[in-house]
Amino acid sequence: MMGYILEIAQALLALLLAPGLVGLVRWLKARLQNRRGAPPWLPYFELRKLFGKEMIVSTNASWLFHAAPYLVFASTVAVTLIIPLIAVPLPFDSVGDLLLVVYLLLVGTFFLSLAGLDPGTAFGGMGASREMTVAAIAEPTIAVAIFSLAIGAGSTNLGQIVTETLSNSDVSIGPGHMLAFAALFIVMLAETSRLPVDNPSTHLELTMIHEAMILEYSGRYLALVEWASWLKLLIFFSLLSNLFVPWGLATVFTPAALGFALVTLILKLVFFAIIVALLETRIAKLRLFRVPELLGVSFVLALLAVTSSFLLK
Amino acid sequence: MTSFLFLFMILAYTASVLAALIGGQDKLGALGAALGAGAGVALGVSVIASGTPFSRVLPDLIPLTGGFVIRLDALGAFFLILIGLIAIPATIFGVGYTATYENEHVSLRFLGVMFSLFLLSMSLVTMAGNVLTFLLMWEGMSLTSYFLVITENGEESTLRAGLWYAAMTHAGLALLLAAFVLLMNGGSSSFTDLRANSATLPTATRDAIFLLAFFGFGSKAGIVPLHVWLPKAHPAAPSHVSALMSGVMIKLGVYGLLRVVLDLLGGGPAWWGSLILGIGVISALLGILYALMEHDLKRLLAYSSVENIGIILIGVGAGLIFHSYGLMSLAALSLIGGLYHAINHASFKGLLFLGAGSVLYATHTRNMEKMGGLIKPMPWTALFFLIGSVAISALPPLNGFVSEWLVFQSLLAGFNIPKPELAILMPVAVGILALTSGLAAACFVKAFGISFLAIPRSAEAKNAQEAPLSMRIGMAILAVICLGLGVGPVVVVPFLGKTISGLGHLPEATPRFTSDLSLRTPDALGKISPALAAVGLLLLLTLIPIMFSVFRVNRRLRLGETWGCGHTGQTPRMEYTATAFAEPLRRVFAEMYRPTKELSIDFHPDSKYFVESIEYKSEISPLFDRWLYDPFLKSVRFFSRQVQHLQSGSLHLYLVYLIGLLIILLLAARWL
Repeated sequence: MMGYILEIAQALLALLLAPGLVGLVRWLKARLQNRRGAPPWLPYFELRKLFGKEMIVSTNASWLFHAAPYLVFASTVAVTLIIPLIAVPLPFDSVGDLLLVVYLLLVGTFFLSLAGLDPGTAFGGMGASREMTVAAIAEPTIAVAIFSLAIGAGSTNLGQIVTETLSNSDVSIGPGHMLAFAALFIVMLAETSRLPVDNPSTHLELTMIHEAMILEYSGRYLALVEWASWLKLLIFFSLLSNLFVPWGLATVFTPAALGFALVTLILKLVFFAIIVALLETRIAKLRLFRVPELLGVSFVLALLAVTSSFLLK
Repeated sequence: MTSFLFLFMILAYTASVLAALIGGQDKLGALGAALGAGAGVALGVSVIASGTPFSRVLPDLIPLTGGFVIRLDALGAFFLILIGLIAIPATIFGVGYTATYENEHVSLRFLGVMFSLFLLSMSLVTMAGNVLTFLLMWEGMSLTSYFLVITENGEESTLRAGLWYAAMTHAGLALLLAAFVLLMNGGSSSFTDLRANSATLPTATRDAIFLLAFFGFGSKAGIVPLHVWLPKAHPAAPSHVSALMSGVMIKLGVYGLLRVVLDLLGGGPAWWGSLILGIGVISALLGILYALMEHDLKRLLAYSSVENIGIILIGVGAGLIFHSYGLMSLAALSLIGGLYHAINHASFKGLLFLGAGSVLYATHTRNMEKMGGLIKPMPWTALFFLIGSVAISALPPLNGFVSEWLVFQSLLAGFNIPKPELAILMPVAVGILALTSGLAAACFVKAFGISFLAIPRSAEAKNAQEAPLSMRIGMAILAVICLGLGVGPVVVVPFLGKTISGLGHLPEATPRFTSDLSLRTPDALGKISPALAAVGLLLLLTLIPIMFSVFRVNRRLRLGETWGCGHTGQTPRMEYTATAFAEPLRRVFAEMYRPTKELSIDFHPDSKYFVESIEYKSEISPLFDRWLYDPFLKSVRFFSRQVQHLQSGSLHLYLVYLIGLLIILLLAARWL
């Protein structure tokens, strides 16, 4: 029973933390660029504003345009029920593994791209086409990185991977681990539309990807889509931290352990926020047609990760 | 019971042929075909459930090499079910679809006869119990489908497609004949005897049989590089026939491969499996890459069939590799993954072809650049096509995800292979499979998005009307099958376990998969429960509107024009096209596509700042047509020209030939 309560609590926690996390990244970025920046809690007000607004929907749009935000949001929230955030092992661990997580996220991308095409704008089509391109070429890296994790843990299920890493850390932490981490980090940047793949703070630029796709959304639909994309950032941050550095996760469901897990989770998220903010102030956006090279690098890293896991097994 | 079902199946198909022959009885004919297909499904289910094969020998029917032998075991039964599941909706769809042919030069009578005979011969392929029966039915299937391909014989391109198909399928048949002759080794031709004797064959013969069978069946399955007929012939056929050809017929290539390699030969060395796996990986990747560049909707689907055959073969190949190292439970897992993907692909590709058929029916075009906005006039077709697209993109909770997950899991278990140099190739296969599935998602966003969404790009698309009821029912059945296979792997997987148990000494794989609601894999690499995931998604979806009313979210909605950056009056010309959608990927994979680009701009004579017209032309060069088939066809043509010189038309010369031949024969008789 406790497990199920924790599942729901964890999903609510993710929903609650996601806007703050994005706000933090934005604020840190602003500070690093010598700007004052908006306060980190601005996204919460953004959500409230969007949920309170009237929507304008294109006359060309079909029912798919209306259905997509729900599907995107629901599939992303479903992922937060499967991934390890504060405690392992949770009951829903056997409902889905890492592959299901990846494909659930792809559900969101798929429907958002279709919704981008639906109003018939050139921008929407452009965003959809690029989003699918990036998603497709990021896929092999993710799969091969999962492979190397699965070899180490003997399972693709997240709870299993985490408990395995916790119980014999000297075996599971090795060069393969680090290479897989590097590979997934690059993929994270691509999947969450961060620099150098996409610029999250542009509107109306010919280089944009994610923002182009959701250009026609407004009001509560935009709120759902934005919230889901912030949630995706939190999901990737916590996957990167909890799969590779699982220490701090509660393995017993006591208040003390859970409280400690919550604190470590927030610390890990802040750490990743700092890294991403630093990265985004230091590097420029890549040309779209250079992105495959970057993802190619990540694929090679992932392959090396598997190879070393093989050799050291 | 089984004999009754068998007889009923034969009679129903025969009745349907007769109904078609009499003419004007399409509904009766369709009913007969659907009943026959249904009896086939029932027969298959009862054979797998009871575990006892059904057999009948008719020695007097064809008094040659053992007569006409019917023997349906679990493997054949699985494929018989697969045929029936797609044939029923395709037949129902056909009732409405063929109505368009009434005003054209198409013989509905001939179409009906061939359609039922095609279904019957496919069903009998799975039941063949000896070489003669198998080859006869195999050829019957090829011929009837050839006639179905050239149904719309008013067009030159259709006839050419038919010719390609006939040539490729008969080249395959020649290889199969050779394979079976080697396998029979001068002895009995019944599969039971072949199975018993195959172990005594020398290794070189077994290797030769494997290669001949792989490429022979591969030409039917559409593996790269023998796939060239597929994107030509499948789109040319009437859409419900395309659904059967892409969904079902090419799977019989997989059936044949499993029958000969795993069943009759009992498996082989690891390089057999590696070859199948390698070709599977290449087919999957190239198939989807070519599908992405296609804007002919049906040809896109045909190329995607090449991709999916690749995925099935990845499962089969991995299974054979595991089998050769004695890792039986992993072999069972891989084969189950492959077979699961076979039935999944049959259902969603059948659905997509029927959907493309309704679009073709409504708009009279296969060119996606002329479609658009069809979701409004054709909401049902759009919904069904979307379900098919989601399923083929392997998105949960539909069926494509489950089988790709199984194949992934079996490849992930590849580190159990004792040979490191082979095991290290598994992650590469995983990477390519993942790339393939990502590209498939992109491809079907394009297929659905460009055809069904946004503003109509032509008058035909604007005036399109929803397909008639029979066509919608056909699609609905397949959509339900897609959903059922997606959430019900706990039922399907044990069933597949029974299908493959005993093949090449595989143990029955059932118990390991039924422990609880989760789909567990043997060596506990992963577990998922697609059914629970589907329920969860559904709950979350209903929760959002509830939360909206709890938190009093603003529900007002205003319709407005699409924002055009200050430009008003949006036209279809401003939309993204299918070509533009695929452009980034065309650049990324330029090495493979070798695109040619032609850009000509006409300027105003007075100033080059005013453009009068721009013409942009871009083509990709089909690798295999250019480098493999063109040289081959050229040399064949050259050779035939040379032979022509012999035939001058002069009687005297021919007499000289005869005398020359006589002398040669006499000399040969003297010395040999």
